[in-house]
Amino acid sequence: MSNLGQNKFWKSIDMPIILLYIALVLIGWLNIYAAVFDESHASIFDLEKNYGKQLLWIATALFIGLMVLLIDSKFFSVFSFGIYGITLLMLVSVLFFGKYVNGSRSWFEIGSFRLQPAEFAKFATALVVAKYLSSGVKMERFSTKISVLGLIGLPMGLILLQGDVGSALTYVAFILVLYREGLSGMVLVICLLIGIAFVLSLLFAKAAILISIAMITAILLYNFRRKKKIIPVIIAGAALVATMVVGFSYVFNNVMKQHHRDRINNLVGKEIDIKGAGYNVNQSKIAIGSGRLIGKGFLNGTQTKYDFVPEQSTDFIFCTIGEEYGFVGSVVLIGLFLALLLRIVFIAERQRSSLSRIYGYGVASILFLHLFVNIGMTIGLVPVIGIPLPFISYGGSSLWSFTILLFILIKLDSNRQNIVK
Amino acid sequence: MNIFFERKYIIQAILIFTCFILIVRLFYIQVIDDSYFLSANNNVLRKLTVYPARGIIYDRKGKIIVQNEPVYDLMVIPRQAKNLDTIGFCKLMSIDKNEFITRINKARKFSPYKASIFAKQLSARAYASIQERLFDYQGFFVQNRTVRRYPDSVAAQVLGYIGEVDENRIKKTNNYYQIGDYIGISGIEKSYETILRGQRGTKIIMVDALNRDQGSYEQGKYDTTAIAGDKLISSLDLRIQKLAEKLMRNKKGSVVAIEPSTGEILCFVSSPTYDPNLLVGPERGNNYIKLLKAPEKPLFIRPIMAQYPPGSIFKAVQALIGQQEKVITAESRFPCNGGYSIGNRIVKCEHNHSPLNLNESIAQSCNSYYCWLFKKLIDHGNYGSVEKNYLVWRDYILQFGIGKKLDIDLPNELGGLLPTVGFYDKYYSSGHWKSSTIISLAIGQGELGVTPLQMANTMAIIANRGFYYSPHLIKAIGKNQVKKETYTTKHLVKIDSSYFNVVIDGMQQVVDHGTATYAKIIDIPMCGKTGTAQNSHGKSHSVFVAFAPRNNPKIAIAVIVENSGYGATWAAPIASLLVEKYIKDSISRPAYYIDRLLNADLIHPTFTETKEGH
Repeated sequence: MSNLGQNKFWKSIDMPIILLYIALVLIGWLNIYAAVFDESHASIFDLEKNYGKQLLWIATALFIGLMVLLIDSKFFSVFSFGIYGITLLMLVSVLFFGKYVNGSRSWFEIGSFRLQPAEFAKFATALVVAKYLSSGVKMERFSTKISVLGLIGLPMGLILLQGDVGSALTYVAFILVLYREGLSGMVLVICLLIGIAFVLSLLFAKAAILISIAMITAILLYNFRRKKKIIPVIIAGAALVATMVVGFSYVFNNVMKQHHRDRINNLVGKEIDIKGAGYNVNQSKIAIGSGRLIGKGFLNGTQTKYDFVPEQSTDFIFCTIGEEYGFVGSVVLIGLFLALLLRIVFIAERQRSSLSRIYGYGVASILFLHLFVNIGMTIGLVPVIGIPLPFISYGGSSLWSFTILLFILIKLDSNRQNIVK
Repeated sequence: MNIFFERKYIIQAILIFTCFILIVRLFYIQVIDDSYFLSANNNVLRKLTVYPARGIIYDRKGKIIVQNEPVYDLMVIPRQAKNLDTIGFCKLMSIDKNEFITRINKARKFSPYKASIFAKQLSARAYASIQERLFDYQGFFVQNRTVRRYPDSVAAQVLGYIGEVDENRIKKTNNYYQIGDYIGISGIEKSYETILRGQRGTKIIMVDALNRDQGSYEQGKYDTTAIAGDKLISSLDLRIQKLAEKLMRNKKGSVVAIEPSTGEILCFVSSPTYDPNLLVGPERGNNYIKLLKAPEKPLFIRPIMAQYPPGSIFKAVQALIGQQEKVITAESRFPCNGGYSIGNRIVKCEHNHSPLNLNESIAQSCNSYYCWLFKKLIDHGNYGSVEKNYLVWRDYILQFGIGKKLDIDLPNELGGLLPTVGFYDKYYSSGHWKSSTIISLAIGQGELGVTPLQMANTMAIIANRGFYYSPHLIKAIGKNQVKKETYTTKHLVKIDSSYFNVVIDGMQQVVDHGTATYAKIIDIPMCGKTGTAQNSHGKSHSVFVAFAPRNNPKIAIAVIVENSGYGATWAAPIASLLVEKYIKDSISRPAYYIDRLLNADLIHPTFTETKEGH
């Protein structure tokens, strides 16, 4: 590659995405350090500790990311089914040769090195769905829907068989991709509204929700004031949510029996038995809540430092952020993620190749679902589902797989002038 | 671009809206709701109580009566006490496995996460023997406490005891106390609780999820030190207290001695007594039950709770009232005739002597004299009717502190028994009673109940020639030696001091050559009066009251030995020894005199009665 070529190569890379990626990875590492910090192991290179190991994962992830950027874009198109096939094979073989960790058999163990194939199945599935949908099939056709569902359902089912419900659930994210590619919006809208309205009606005062809905509707109406077709949809949607909120809370409080209420409260993280199954969520909420507006400061979080929060460097890493940086820090983190997601959507939409676009939406959807479910569970919005916070949580497999997931998109984007088939 | 291009807006809206929900929720739990912040403190902060040492109690000469001794409570946090080598632990603690399980379960029931006491009040020695191996047993640790120690094992009922505070008390004191605190339950420990208890300190430490100590919170900024309780200086004189308890061994009864000029109690014995050290330490509960069930009732505080008809000692009071009411003078004489007859009833007099004057009547304890006097006071008094005369007479008696509480600084004091007009009006119906109906009162029998404390106080009044300070056991509180106002208030008896001489003369004769010559002390002019209080439970109570010396009296004393016969036999010599010991700090009596008193067992059935004259 000539000097000129190199320059051109780097220029074609989307720098905002790279910067956001690096920012998130660094934030992740700092918080892993804070979560497991103790004074006797203060060296950041201590491989005994998660933060020492994470440095290793970050270095290797960057290397892998670079490798992905160096591979020809066509590779991902041509070998998408191949990669998908290999991952499926790994998912099957882990069922037989995997190691049990926390009740699920989803890890390969080679020496002291552990690998979770379910993580890698994510980008493989995103790639194969993009490949299939960009091959000229029509979304409206029933056979297309079935095929796509099959492609998504296969890894999902295998992961379910491993007992890893959390990872399996992330595949639900592909609904967004399918919607973008023509699946009826009603499916999406109804699912989403029911879920949101139900959770909201249990967690907040009715009045507060209704006011929020009114405000959001007003903003949306203002934004879409030139698009006459959307206005009735927005109004209808808002009315629907409002009715459901009122309806749910009525049903919840007046129709259901106490033990039904208990179960649902448990599910949404309210009124839980804090010594039993609800311990994690309760401790995690305490940690985050105790951060208040600006947090306790780096390494000053007592809840995480003294091990009150379980899984504090992996699934519950957000607790450290919430506790040490407070509401401000949490908003900054969510803001960074949102910026990343919107940037990915932006990138996806600028692709001439539909494979690249669909893949882009796949990336956005997967990251989005992880973000919502992971943070949601730490603050009691979502039942506890053990999935990592992308780029932040400790763990080699997840960091590698999210890096590959994202960097394939960056690679495809760098080639957006050439249509990849 | 494809036909579904516009859907990107919807998708963007979903992304933004979802993040918005997360932020709203975070705002709620981080900014609006305080409870998580408080729970976080709950998680990580442990408030440890630092127990103060209780105030020390000294006797009037500065000798320690009650002190503190360090003990060690073995605490357990059941959740941490896992994977325990139970057998080894039981061996170390010398308990069996069932006991271990019971205790752990009890602790777990209280709280699996919080510390509760596994073994109470281990001595320094017991602690030393387990200390080195304790770290092998996770979840167990030791908390320092102090318990009471009584070096001379005396004055059990005066001092009282302390115990763990109960739920009721915690509620009543608006949670001033906490579970596990000690509180005074009886005696001085109870009445001076607020002074003795001191102030708890707290130490805030941080703990991790396994409750392991992670050091103090903010460098101890919020810690407070424990403040030890104030000391008390008791009015008791350990020398005569010890002697009195020895002399009263194996006898039922009381000794109360008061310094007349101050009301300070020098000696306060309720016999049978017990070793106050029994009510300390891990065996406290069992020992308490034993004491409670003991037939001699050692927990019954006789000097302030037992009430006796005062008998002959009452005559001194009657003589004073008679003079003040001017129904008699020192030279008034009444016939004896061996008894005072009312119809076919007769109040017998032991003697049949020629008519005596007032002085002689006291020295020889003439019953008839006082019946005549009583008849004059009640039937022919200065106020017009029997009821009114009785009311005035009763008021005099009350002034002597009989029939009402003297406000001693001990709980459970009884006021004694002194019938009201209403009582007799109801009993005999109004207008149908007079001196002859209630003639027993004339000689201190009948419906009268006087506590030993009241008897001693009456002696103090006579010694002072007409006033008293409420008797009390604590003469000074704390470093500044504060005295309670109640005990610096002079109570005057409305009897002219000039009337006392003749009574005191009579009382001196009692000791010098009357019924109590056995109690006479060389060089110390003592004035006394024997009493033989009849009672329905066997032999009469032996009673002796006295004060000495005659001028500038230093001590007023009352001794009661229940069911033992004449006052001169037991009570008088015991009082005499105590008075001598107190005033001269030595005893001039021969050994057999003391040994007879020390060795007498008047409680247990093996005792064979010896008839002795008075």
